[in-house]
Amino acid sequence: MSSHSKDAYFVPEDSRWPVFGIPGIVLLAAGFGVFLNGGSSGMPMMVIGGIITLIMAVMWFRDVIIEDVTGKYNAQVDVSFRQGMAWFIFAEVMFFAAFFGALFYARVFSIPWLSGGDPATSEFLWDSVSLSWPTAGPGFLDLDFTPMGAWALPTINTTILLTSGVTLTIAHHAMKHNDRTKVILGLAATVLLGSIFMGVQMYEYVYAYQELNLRMDTGIYGSTFFMLTGFHGVHVFLGVITLLVILLRVMRGHFTAERHFGFEAAAWYWHFVDVVWLGLFIFVYVI
Amino acid sequence: MTATTHDTHDAHHHGPPPGFFKRWLFTTNHKDLGVLYMVFGLLMFFIGGAMAMVIRAELFQPGLNLVDPHFFNQMTTMHALVMIFGAVMPAFTGLANWLIPVQIGAPDMALPRINNWAFWLLPAGFVLLLATLFLPGGAPAGGWTMYPPLVLQLGDSFPFLILAVHILGISSIMGSINIVATILNMRAPGMTLMKMPMFVWAWLITAFLIVAVMPVLAGAVTMLLTDQYFGTSFFSAAGGGDPVMFQHIFWFFGHPEVYILILPAFGIVSAIIPTFARKPLFGYSSMVYATASIAFLSFIVWGHHMFTVGMPLAGQLFFMYATMLVAVPTGVKIFNWMATMWQGSMTFETPMLFSIAFVLLFTIGGLSGVMLALAPVDLQYHDTYFVVAHFHYVLVTGAVFSIMAAVYFWLPKWTGHMYDEKLGKWHFWLSTISVNVLFFPQHFLGLAGMPRRIPDYAVQFAEFNMISSIGGFVFGLAQLLFVYIIVKCVRGGQKASSGVWEGAKGLEWTLPSPAPYHTFETPPAVK
Repeated sequence: MSSHSKDAYFVPEDSRWPVFGIPGIVLLAAGFGVFLNGGSSGMPMMVIGGIITLIMAVMWFRDVIIEDVTGKYNAQVDVSFRQGMAWFIFAEVMFFAAFFGALFYARVFSIPWLSGGDPATSEFLWDSVSLSWPTAGPGFLDLDFTPMGAWALPTINTTILLTSGVTLTIAHHAMKHNDRTKVILGLAATVLLGSIFMGVQMYEYVYAYQELNLRMDTGIYGSTFFMLTGFHGVHVFLGVITLLVILLRVMRGHFTAERHFGFEAAAWYWHFVDVVWLGLFIFVYVI
Repeated sequence: MTATTHDTHDAHHHGPPPGFFKRWLFTTNHKDLGVLYMVFGLLMFFIGGAMAMVIRAELFQPGLNLVDPHFFNQMTTMHALVMIFGAVMPAFTGLANWLIPVQIGAPDMALPRINNWAFWLLPAGFVLLLATLFLPGGAPAGGWTMYPPLVLQLGDSFPFLILAVHILGISSIMGSINIVATILNMRAPGMTLMKMPMFVWAWLITAFLIVAVMPVLAGAVTMLLTDQYFGTSFFSAAGGGDPVMFQHIFWFFGHPEVYILILPAFGIVSAIIPTFARKPLFGYSSMVYATASIAFLSFIVWGHHMFTVGMPLAGQLFFMYATMLVAVPTGVKIFNWMATMWQGSMTFETPMLFSIAFVLLFTIGGLSGVMLALAPVDLQYHDTYFVVAHFHYVLVTGAVFSIMAAVYFWLPKWTGHMYDEKLGKWHFWLSTISVNVLFFPQHFLGLAGMPRRIPDYAVQFAEFNMISSIGGFVFGLAQLLFVYIIVKCVRGGQKASSGVWEGAKGLEWTLPSPAPYHTFETPPAVK
C-alpha cells in the first residue's frame, strides 16, 4: 500500500528463527536439569540444545544484518534498537546488583551477626566465634585459604580492560570520521585486550584453586568471589564475540560514519562490562 | 481469505499469511501475538485453577481426605507459579500487545521478532515447570517463594524449577523491553506522554518494574542453584551466608512483582469506568503520578514480607511506614475512579460491572494490606489465611477481574461481534458472589489462627473452610461460562460498530471492528 515510503516503520515479515530456537532452549535447560540430577543424557541434550540455540542466534542476526545493509531501517527503527539495547543493559545491571547485594549483605550483616553481633542467634549457632572478612564462614574455620590479593593480576587486568575501553573509543571516533583502517585496528586491539583479560582471569582461577586453596565452596568469600568474577567473565566473553562480529562487519564494509548502531550497541555493552569490572575491582579485590 | 488474491508482497499489508502454523508460529504481528498471549493465559488460568480446586477439595473437611500432604504442597506451590507467571502476567502482556500499538497510533510493536520470541519462551518455561509433576519426588513443593533451606530439599524438580523461572524471566524482560521501546518511540505525532491512555501509562511503568526486578529474581535463583550443586554458601550460615538473605533478595523482586500484577489492572479500569460513566477520567495527571509513586515505593517496602524472621527495630519501623505510604497514591486512584463515576450517566454493561466490583473488592484487599503492614499485628497474621485472603482479594478480584473486564470491553473490537450481554452478566454475578464466598471467610480463618499451606486443620475451622470451598467450586465452574461466552463471541453475534461503546474514547475506537490485521501503517494525527 502507501506504506513503502522512507518514513514507514519497518515491520518485519513473519520470522521462523525465534520459534526455531525454542526447542533448543528447552533442550538446553532440560538437559542441564538432567545433568544436575546426575542423568547421563543431560550432556547430549545440552549440546544439541546449544547448537539449535546458536543457529537461531546466527540466523536471526543474519536477517537483521541483511535488512540493515539493504537500508530497511529508518531513523525511528534505529531508536527502537537503541531503546532495546539500553534497557537490556539496565536489566544486566540489575542482575549484577543481586550478586553485589549478596556480597554487601554478607559483609555488613551476616558475618558480624554470626560473630556475636546478634547474640540471640550466634549463641545457638557458633558461640563466640570471631569472623572477619575474608572468611569461609563459622562452619569452615579450619579451612586454610588465602584470599585473592588486589595488586598483582587483578590490577593488571584492570589496566587491560580500561585500555580496551580506550581503544574501543578510538575506533568509535575513527568510525565517525570514516577512517576504516583505524576502526579495524582499534576494534582488533579491543578484541585482543578482551581476550588477554579472559586469559589472565583463567590463570587467576587456576592459581586460586591450586595455590591459594580458594574455591567456589570456600564459604561466602569463595561464593561471592567466583560468582561475581565468573558472571563478569561470561559477559566479557559475550562482549568479545560481539566485538569480533562487528570487526568482521567493518571489514566487509558495513556501517557508515552516520549510521552504525550495531557498532555502538557492542560498544555500550563493552563499557558496561568495563564499569562492572571497576565495581568488582573495588569491592571484591581491594576493599 | 482475501489476502490470498493479492501477491505475496501486498498480502503482508492486508492480512495474515495463509496457513495455520505459518501464521501462529512465525507471526510478528502484535495482534496475533496479543491473542496468543491471552489464549495461553486462559489455558494456564484453568491449569492453575484445577490445582486450586484440588486444594479446596482437600480443605473441604478437616482430616487428610483426598491427596497426600506432599502432593498438597505441590499444588499450593504450582498454583501460585502457574497463576502468576502463566496466567496473569501473560494475560496482561497480551492486552499490552494488542492494545498499546492501536492506542498510541503505531503500526506494530517496536521489536516484533523479539515479541514473538518472548511469547514462545512462555510455553518453553511451562513445559519445564509442569513436567516436574511427573518427576521422582514430584513438582516443587516448598512454596512459590522458594525459600532456602526448604527449597533445597526438593527432589529432581529443583533444577527444573530454577531453569523454568529463568526462562519465564527472560520472556518477561524481553516482552517488557519491547513495550517500553514501543511506548517511548512509536507514538503517533501529537500523542505526547501526558495524552497517552492510562492503560499505556500503567504498562510503561509496569514494564520498567519488570526490567528492573526480574533480573534480581534470576540472580536469587541462580544463587540457590549454585548453593545446591556447586558448593557456594550464599544461604548457608555455616559458610558465612544467611538463609534470610534469600528472602531479602527475593522480596526485592517480589514486592515490585505484586505491583506488576496490579498496575495494568489500574490502567484497564481507568479506561472502562470513564467509558460507562460517560465522563473523562477524573484527575488524569494525578493518576499518572500516583502510578509512578506506587512503583517507586514498591522498591523500598520489601521488608514487610519478613517481619517475623527477625529484623532490627529500625528496619521494622522503616518498612512499616513506607508500606503504609503506598495507601496514599492508591487512595488517590480509588478516589479518582469514584469521582469519575460521580454524577456520570452510568450504564452497567459487563465490563463496567467487573470494573466497579474491582474498585470495591480491590479496596478490601488494599485495606487488609494496610493491616498486614503493621509490624506488631503482622506477627499475629503472618503466614495465616488472613494473608491468603488479602492477596486473593487483590489478585483475583483485582488483577483477574480487571482482565475479565478488559476482555468484555475489547472483545467486540477484536472479534467484530458483541458478546452475549445476558450471559456476561450471569458470569459477573456468579463470579462476584462466589469469589466473596470463597475468600471472605478466609479473613476470619486467618484471624482465628489457621496457618496457610496446610492440608489439614483443627476442627474449629471446619465451617468456614467448607463455605470457602463451596465458593471456590462455584467460582471455578463459573469460569467455564467465561470461555463459552468468548467462544460464542468469536464465532458470531451481533455486529459491533467501530465505536462499540457509546462513551468510548481513544484511537482504538476509530478503527473498524474487527480491527484490520495491520493498523495505523501511516500514523494518525492526534490533536
